[in-house]
Amino acid sequence: MTEKHKLGMLFFLASEVAFFSMLILAYLYFIGAEANGPNAATALDPATTAIFTVALLASSFTLWRAQKSIEHGKQGGLRIWLLATIVLGAIFIGGQGWEWAGLIRDKVTISNSLFGTTFFTLTGFHGLHVISGLIVLLILFILALAGSLNQARAHALATVELYWHFVDVVWIVIFSLLYVWPHL
Amino acid sequence: MSEISLVPEAADVPRNVSKVNLLSWISSVDHKQIGIMYIITAIVFLVVGGLEAMLIRLQLAQPNAQVLSPEAYNQIFTMHGTTMIFLMGMPMLIGFGNYLVPLMIGANDMAFPRLNALGLWLVVFGGLVLYYSFIAGGAPDAGWFSYTPLSEPPFSGTGVDYWAISIIVTGIGSIAAGINFIVTVLTMRAPGMTMRRLPLFAWMVFVNSFLIIFALAILNGALVMLEADRLLGARFFHPIVGGSPVLWQHIFWAFGHPEVYILVLPAFGMISEIIPVFSRKPIFGYPFVAASTVAIAFLSMGVWAHHMFAVGMGFGWDVFFGASSSLIAIPTGVKVFNWTATLWGGSLRFTTAMLFAMGFLVEFTIGGITGVQFALVPLDWATTDSYFVVAHFHYVLVGGTIFAVTAGFYYWFPKVTGRMMSERLGKWHFWVNLVGFNMTFFVQHILGLMGMPRRVYTYPDLPGWGLLNQISSIGGLITAVAWLIFIVNLVYSLRNGKPAGDNPWEAWTLEWATTSPPPHYNFDQLPPIRSRRPLWDVAHPENPDWKHDH
Repeated sequence: MTEKHKLGMLFFLASEVAFFSMLILAYLYFIGAEANGPNAATALDPATTAIFTVALLASSFTLWRAQKSIEHGKQGGLRIWLLATIVLGAIFIGGQGWEWAGLIRDKVTISNSLFGTTFFTLTGFHGLHVISGLIVLLILFILALAGSLNQARAHALATVELYWHFVDVVWIVIFSLLYVWPHL
Repeated sequence: MSEISLVPEAADVPRNVSKVNLLSWISSVDHKQIGIMYIITAIVFLVVGGLEAMLIRLQLAQPNAQVLSPEAYNQIFTMHGTTMIFLMGMPMLIGFGNYLVPLMIGANDMAFPRLNALGLWLVVFGGLVLYYSFIAGGAPDAGWFSYTPLSEPPFSGTGVDYWAISIIVTGIGSIAAGINFIVTVLTMRAPGMTMRRLPLFAWMVFVNSFLIIFALAILNGALVMLEADRLLGARFFHPIVGGSPVLWQHIFWAFGHPEVYILVLPAFGMISEIIPVFSRKPIFGYPFVAASTVAIAFLSMGVWAHHMFAVGMGFGWDVFFGASSSLIAIPTGVKVFNWTATLWGGSLRFTTAMLFAMGFLVEFTIGGITGVQFALVPLDWATTDSYFVVAHFHYVLVGGTIFAVTAGFYYWFPKVTGRMMSERLGKWHFWVNLVGFNMTFFVQHILGLMGMPRRVYTYPDLPGWGLLNQISSIGGLITAVAWLIFIVNLVYSLRNGKPAGDNPWEAWTLEWATTSPPPHYNFDQLPPIRSRRPLWDVAHPENPDWKHDH
């Protein structure tokens, strides 16, 4: 049974790879297309975003701990690690909102440059995926509080875990391409 | 070895004797009911898309006609293409897959029944969103591939938004179905049903599902960028502000060409089931038929830019995509030869299903040959965007997909309903359709070579153009009559058809091992699966397939 759910999620994620590839491709396609205007090197602040990146990466670790807890039947650990995951994910989303607000204040928007167009679309869809993941994690957390997320349903958590790691990996790609690469 | 009992969890589930009412259908998660609802959705949109085709042929029946305004014509051909591809073709094939794949592999349902229902209803609502555009300020009018910048705000209205959102929604539904098919085939096969014994229809739906989950996600990537342009003022495909219309074409066709195979691979699968049964022989070269499907799927991901030779991509790109596109002729040719070799020396039974399969072989091959012509860059330049293109892809998608699906209707209708379709009406349907189809589309090759451009609402009275178009339009009308006969046959046979029994065609795959229609959980018991033709083995214990191979 577990196998079936994990497989289903893996093929869904394969499909998501194709989707994100198009958005990343569009970003790469337009690098250097504008002589002036903002670009990744001038507009983005890698140091601050690195902090939020660490929060997202840490959330993968805490979710893995939550999975271990459920496998060993430790309800207390499950709740704590799930809550930690949700908090870390929320910190990341908060950080992204803060970054977006700053960019818009500096007149970097989706409509006034190609960089803005590709940046906001790519990070926006990634953010939507994080938010979707947070909603699902919240549901799991409520189930865990109610005591109905137990060993028998560990596959539900394992399936969501795959998704959450995937969203994490996509962010590592985005962070490397947009925040690190321009400074190399 | 006697009989294998079912997958454990099916055994203790009580047999559902559900009442036949609307709610039981709408709330159903049964793969057979969902499959039927997919097919009904597809038939409804086939009628709608067919009426749109009739309007197109009415407008083009004479030079300088004014039946439709240019604006209305643009909307009608856009809706015709979008409807036939996303709301007729895909739901039809996914519907057949839904109904048949679990039966063929000896399972009691799909891997994810609720996801299955979600996929169906996303397609239905996506279709409603598309058609809502008519009352919301005009249907989309930028063609089914919505080239930018024509599909961008200054040049087109809200119709394109409805178009994009509708396709995103149906696309998510199709991806759900694709994931479900893959996991079903991987995890739900009955004991003994190895991948090397999988019926070829199930094989092709399986391979096809990989194309679906990648290609439709690529399309959704393109569509969200288009909508970012249209709704949020982004710049992706806007040349004036630095965006790139060619990027749209690349991404769209990276979806669009696999899409052609998404629409034809399951049809190949149907033909691979039907021809052997009515030739009374196993399929010739099973491993080649299965492997060539995988080859087609791989190649189809690397040929997209042959839709873009007219863009002026440069010599290198042209050569690469010309060569890769020509390569597809090899695995496709392998299939045609395998089907032909299956016929060779068989004792052929020309039922309506078999007639349509034969029609498929001829018409699809014609479409395939003109397809290879388009892979040759100079020929493509000479005929691109002309009626030659229209003729080509209608031979592939109607002569190929629709002929095969129709064969599938006549072949599996007895299983689904418990009644035979009328062979008499069926034969009328076939011959009238054959005449009508070729009359409509064969002359369009000539019109294309004479230079008639597609997607223009009318044409001047040049020598021959009026006559050829008239022939095409009359052919369209004849085709409409053929489909009317089909609908009459469906309705008539549903009430008055002869009782079919479990296995009216003496076929060999597992869907014929249960009652017609199958019970809610498909099988009480499965025959032993020790070869590709389990029912042959049951009928011929003295000479079973498994003694010879596998």
